[in-house]
Amino acid sequence: MSTPSVGMKMVQWFDHRLPILTFTNHALVEYPTPRNLNYWWNFGSLAGIILVLQIITGIVLAMHYTPHVDFAFKSVEHIMRDVNYGWLLRYLHANGSSAFFVVVYIHILRGLYYGSYKNPREVLWWLGIILLFLMMATAFMGYVLPWGQMSFWAATVITNLFTAFPFVGESIVNWLWGGFGVGNPTLNRFFSLHYLLPFVIVAVVFMHLWALHVFKSNNPLGIDVKGPQDEIPFHPYYTVKDLFGLGVFMVIFLAIVFYAPNFLGHPDNYIPADPMVTPAHIVPEWYFLPYYAILRAVPDIWFIEAKLAGVIAMFASILVLFVIPWLDTSKVRSATFRPIYKQIYWVLVLDVFVLGYAGSQPAEGMWLLIGRIATAYYFFHMLILVPFIGKIERPKPLPASISEPVLKGGGAAAAQPAQGRS
Amino acid sequence: MAESPASTAGGAVPEEETRRDFLYLATGAVGTVGVLAAAWPLVHQMNPSADVLALSTTEVDLSGIDEGQSITVVWRGKPVFVRHRTAAEITAAEGTAMADLKDPQPDSERAQRPQWLILVGVCTHFGCIPLGQQGEYDGWFCPCHGSHYDTSGRIRKGPAPKNLVVPRYEFRDDTTILIG
Repeated sequence: MSTPSVGMKMVQWFDHRLPILTFTNHALVEYPTPRNLNYWWNFGSLAGIILVLQIITGIVLAMHYTPHVDFAFKSVEHIMRDVNYGWLLRYLHANGSSAFFVVVYIHILRGLYYGSYKNPREVLWWLGIILLFLMMATAFMGYVLPWGQMSFWAATVITNLFTAFPFVGESIVNWLWGGFGVGNPTLNRFFSLHYLLPFVIVAVVFMHLWALHVFKSNNPLGIDVKGPQDEIPFHPYYTVKDLFGLGVFMVIFLAIVFYAPNFLGHPDNYIPADPMVTPAHIVPEWYFLPYYAILRAVPDIWFIEAKLAGVIAMFASILVLFVIPWLDTSKVRSATFRPIYKQIYWVLVLDVFVLGYAGSQPAEGMWLLIGRIATAYYFFHMLILVPFIGKIERPKPLPASISEPVLKGGGAAAAQPAQGRS
Repeated sequence: MAESPASTAGGAVPEEETRRDFLYLATGAVGTVGVLAAAWPLVHQMNPSADVLALSTTEVDLSGIDEGQSITVVWRGKPVFVRHRTAAEITAAEGTAMADLKDPQPDSERAQRPQWLILVGVCTHFGCIPLGQQGEYDGWFCPCHGSHYDTSGRIRKGPAPKNLVVPRYEFRDDTTILIG
């Protein structure tokens, strides 16, 4: 090693006192990663990039937005028509929330398919579910801010969920509203919290990454890393792969932002909020449709009235994910080696799409019935099928190591200098 | 107090309660009360403020509402339905068997004068505004999640748990009511 330059010495001096460069190097450069990650592993970093995009566009939008019932709708139109590039920033932000949910839902489905929630990654999984809840709250409050008809009635319906609780329900909603209905105090606090929550999300993302870096990434085979021949450094291999994925994502995302920016929105939200008129057909944003279907599907159950039962079922549909690491009795992580689980996994994916479609239809007749069946199936999958199939299924034989199927010869031919383990 | 470090160093943990235990508990209790007291203003600030709470009333002139018509007035920022019921609607409302009702209440308890029905126009399910003269019972129908109310504003079908709320009101004279 040659004598370090003065600049290098200064960097070392700083890093010795605050080892931020060493930390970055460990986490993003030399970070050992399973060598067999496929493209489904792109969606975590993609979600992180979208979070940053949402925060940046959100902060600049807040410079032009007015959180008051008389001005909110107008200030959004002001952003769209008068503010330089305001239309771009708002369309990026509004479609960014949809993109965030697409990416995160794929990320969750990846975890469910490859058993990423299993021992020893349960806490990592929990933090992910907490992130989902935080995202849902943030997205909901953000949707209220433009103060259109859908904003107002979404806020009304969702805050009214809390009236389902016996005895204290009424006091809780009056507290949430700061009045006797959704009004100016509600809009003000939603703006405040919509600004706060993304930074809470950032904090939980760091914990999510911290937990990830303890046991490192799961992989498509779902078996543990056996030695250095199973791993490659994060940089350049996965930085390049993630950047390529980002490019593909941006092509699709920007095509929507530029050519169909209102495709995922609802035209009624371009009508200013009117507390005296409910739109004929209220639907939430697409990413809430499956939960909405569950909310409406549940009838009276014994002494629990339908309203409370629907709210409980809706929250339970996500809360059940907290215990899925224990409901799943199979020791094999990856569905690749689980012939029966692999099939019911795809049935569940179909079921969630059916729920989403049922949620978009009026809660009557055929679609109410289909929503009920799909809701029942969702819980049947989580609570009965998953534990049962884990017990009776006979998994296919697992490969001896990650490198074995790739490098015939058990990794001896691997191009890594550090060898001798396998 | 002075002998505590010595006893710790010696490894002898006193079995009986000491003054120090009492101090720990007392400090913890005072600290907890202090934190709760400090947190309460932060929680309570979100409750309805004084101007919102200030009692508001709405006076409604009934003289222009013909039989079979209904109007919507605003009270405390919420819609209130004032419906001049027809004889057929009153008969249907009064003739309903209590056994058919999810939230049983006779029509006489819901209308001070049978021809005038006054209701808060907020669905008891998730707060949407039901549409008048619609639904399977010709009362109200909530488009959000399909709740049907009868001509007395009672829940008959659908997910809503309760009848539409009757606000406090009084007849000033034969053609004027005061809501609130």
